[in-house]
Amino acid sequence: MHSPHLLSINDLTKNEALELLDTARELSRITDGAIKKLPTLRGRTVVNLFFEDSTRTRLSFEAAAKRLSAEVINFSAKGSSVSKGESLKDTAQTLEAMGAELMIIRHPTSGSAQRLAESGWVNSHIVNAGDGMHEHPTQALLDAYTIRSHFPEHDRDFTGLRIGIVGDILHSRVARSNVLLLSALGAKVVLIAPPTLIPIGARSWPVDISYSLDAEIENLDAIMMLRVQSERMSDAFFPTEREYARDFGLGTQRLKALKSSAIIMHPGPMNRGLEISAASADSPKSVILEQVSNGVLIRMAVLYLLMGGTPIPTEGVLV
Amino acid sequence: MSVVLEQSEIDRSLRRIAHEIIERNHGLQSVVLLGIPTRGVTLAQRIGSFLASIDEPVPVGVLDITMFRDDLRLRPPRPLVPTQIPSEGLEGKDLILVDDVLYSGRTIRAALDAIGELGRPKTVQVAVLIDRGHREFPIRADYVGKNIPTNARESVRVQLQEIDGIDQVELSA
Repeated sequence: MHSPHLLSINDLTKNEALELLDTARELSRITDGAIKKLPTLRGRTVVNLFFEDSTRTRLSFEAAAKRLSAEVINFSAKGSSVSKGESLKDTAQTLEAMGAELMIIRHPTSGSAQRLAESGWVNSHIVNAGDGMHEHPTQALLDAYTIRSHFPEHDRDFTGLRIGIVGDILHSRVARSNVLLLSALGAKVVLIAPPTLIPIGARSWPVDISYSLDAEIENLDAIMMLRVQSERMSDAFFPTEREYARDFGLGTQRLKALKSSAIIMHPGPMNRGLEISAASADSPKSVILEQVSNGVLIRMAVLYLLMGGTPIPTEGVLV
Repeated sequence: MSVVLEQSEIDRSLRRIAHEIIERNHGLQSVVLLGIPTRGVTLAQRIGSFLASIDEPVPVGVLDITMFRDDLRLRPPRPLVPTQIPSEGLEGKDLILVDDVLYSGRTIRAALDAIGELGRPKTVQVAVLIDRGHREFPIRADYVGKNIPTNARESVRVQLQEIDGIDQVELSA
């Protein structure tokens, strides 16, 4: 990878994205068998710097780092000196002084990962694990990996695949990263949501936009249901939850309308009964748990490709 | 730049190594070859076909050691190659690691770590086309195509028909 950081899908060329997916696939072959743990990053330290709640992303990065034998320091803003007013700069510098070489940052403010990478505050590699409503590149990569594993004829190129992203596009960093990556790989992305949840500016993205899930559902090869992010909703974006579920939820009728080859995805955590029914989430078409397993592989590949071959200054590094 | 081995010499070396493998292991009943990517894989296949023509076929596999190297920090990451362990497994086998050039010994050390995760062979032996000296580990080759004294500034380049379109070994400053 040409960039020392992974802040946005735009940091990757198409070939680099494919290299990353290939690396993850090889890692899955290696770790499928007898080998559970690789010594690749032995003695190196990565930090999970989480200013926002997370279950799967933090645990997934932690599992990935541990499978590569790296040391992991977990930081979460709750219960830390951030509540005493410590800044991002001081927090990051403190963790680097403890030996961090790579920081995985999740933050509620869009652009915070880029700020950390470009400010000169720290020398570490920075991986964006979700910044506000901006991007979540490793989620898009694991989604692309999951799609590819179900459509092997599209191994190098997603041209011809139609992928629906449904629901709260406005607040979704997952949607933004996926639009960039899946389009770059050649897929046609269609955003499906009520007009209030389509961001201004989405008209200029390389996507189709639809306000009707029923009109699109039978054409989709993959359907990605987004979580309704109530915590980011200060206005009334839709009248009632029941109405949202009726118009944009993946319920039993729509489950039947999907192509037989189609897959159902969700970045988690799910609001069962709101954007996705229990029957859909647990149906044979659902690949939601595969997404979780694939996430660990993708993050191993990211750590490996970022931490290899670029010696960084060793002051304060525990090696 | 000088050519230190030509096609006929490479051929002869590999054929001799095949004979030595049979002699040393008293036959081929439990011999398994594992090539180390990239060119070690080709060499393992060639030694395998010599063994098949002289005596009997043996399982030939691939062992990618990239994730086991200890110098990740010093080198750019390289694409991973699928590791293929023959279906017979490694348990109780006479395992022969095949690589093109033996230099510091770090590749073989990494390979030993990888093997440790995969099973417990009875013996592990090393076959290389070129031994150029300058070891940094207590590791030696059991089968050597040719010893080439070098200094650290020189580089040895093995080219094989299947990958490079020509069979030769070059030494350049």
